[in-house]
Amino acid sequence: MGVLATMEAVVKRPVFGCQMCGQCVLHSTGMTCPMTCPKTLRNGPCGGVRADGGCEVKPEMRCVWLRGYERSRRLPLPAVWKDEFNHLRAPVDNRLRGTASWTNLVSGRDRQTPAGWGAGEH
Amino acid sequence: MSRLEQALGEGRFVVTAEMPTIDGGGMDEVRFQLGPMAPYLDACNATDNTAAHAHASPLAIAIALKQCGMEPIMQLVCRDRNRLALEADLVGASLHGIENVCCLTGDDVTAGDEPEARRVFDLDSPQLLATARAVASGRYLSGRAIAPAPHLFLGAVENPGAPPFAYRAQRALKKAEAGARFLQLQICFQPQLLEGFAAEAARIGVTERAALLPSITILRSARALRFIDAKVPGISVPAGVIERVEAAADQQEACFDVAYELAQHAMAQPGVRGLHFISFRKDAGIAALCRRLGIPTHAERVEHGYGSPVPV
Repeated sequence: MGVLATMEAVVKRPVFGCQMCGQCVLHSTGMTCPMTCPKTLRNGPCGGVRADGGCEVKPEMRCVWLRGYERSRRLPLPAVWKDEFNHLRAPVDNRLRGTASWTNLVSGRDRQTPAGWGAGEH
Repeated sequence: MSRLEQALGEGRFVVTAEMPTIDGGGMDEVRFQLGPMAPYLDACNATDNTAAHAHASPLAIAIALKQCGMEPIMQLVCRDRNRLALEADLVGASLHGIENVCCLTGDDVTAGDEPEARRVFDLDSPQLLATARAVASGRYLSGRAIAPAPHLFLGAVENPGAPPFAYRAQRALKKAEAGARFLQLQICFQPQLLEGFAAEAARIGVTERAALLPSITILRSARALRFIDAKVPGISVPAGVIERVEAAADQQEACFDVAYELAQHAMAQPGVRGLHFISFRKDAGIAALCRRLGIPTHAERVEHGYGSPVPV
């Protein structure tokens, strides 16, 4: 891990449970890391959320997406971030794991998608 | 064009059902399980390792259904395959003339009998839908061409009965925007939640894009209801329903009444264009329930049309 990636991990791991996916979407998911969902879902809660809001996989944990949903409405986030909650997020690029998302944000690398992503969209 | 797509396009009420899982027994077993419900179905779902238990694969079951003269809906879950394997199954399915594909997240491996397995979830269900849409437009995710482009009719599942309730229709919209044209809704024993979901789905434009097909399950006992409530992720059965069945002289009949009432209620919701049935093993429950609901057989629906069901 590079210096910047290490710094990022030090800051974001304790606060957000950052998994160092290298393509951070925290701002659009109610400041709740979707990679802490046991299924690593990037586009909302699965159908297995328990009646009490517990995670299907770890019942003692509140569903990550339930928290993200509540926070995205409650936190004083910019409106544009709140809108992004409903956007379709592209599949994770597994090559970026362990790299600094800060670098990838600045370079635009974290927004690169495969050429066929979005094909057939009207 | 699949006959499911055609029926929905013509505004005909559709009936789909889940094929019970197949392990041994070959094609005889497939025919045996399919037999009683076949006359009522537009299409039948080939499930993908339900509840994270291994069974004959959805592609194999979909091919088997076609061989029986039944139109398949191939389910694909994200739990067991990465994006390459999912794309391969989509293209492989089209090779066999399978057009209906239902994309799901999938129960976690911990719900199954091999919880030590690696969970994949390389894609999630909206991403799988968008990937399938790309395939249907003649592109793999990489951008590599598939020529001619396969025809796919895509669907998904949404659960009106799982929190956050207010967000579920929005998630359904995301799936519809990613390519889902039908939504087989998870079994829901709480009519007010389905009602809220359908109203919100209609309000935000889900129902213009995708047909809602609520799931109705036919169980046989209070014990089965308790099992579903405790063991199936995302399904809650109200205590009142369990008590009602428990107190009945004939529990099987009481379960049938519950299914009938839920189906009647579901059919009256906005955007509902058909029903999806889930029964467990070799009985004629689905056919009997359709008859009680006044739903004609598939052949009769095609011949005479059957658009807006009138609950009895």
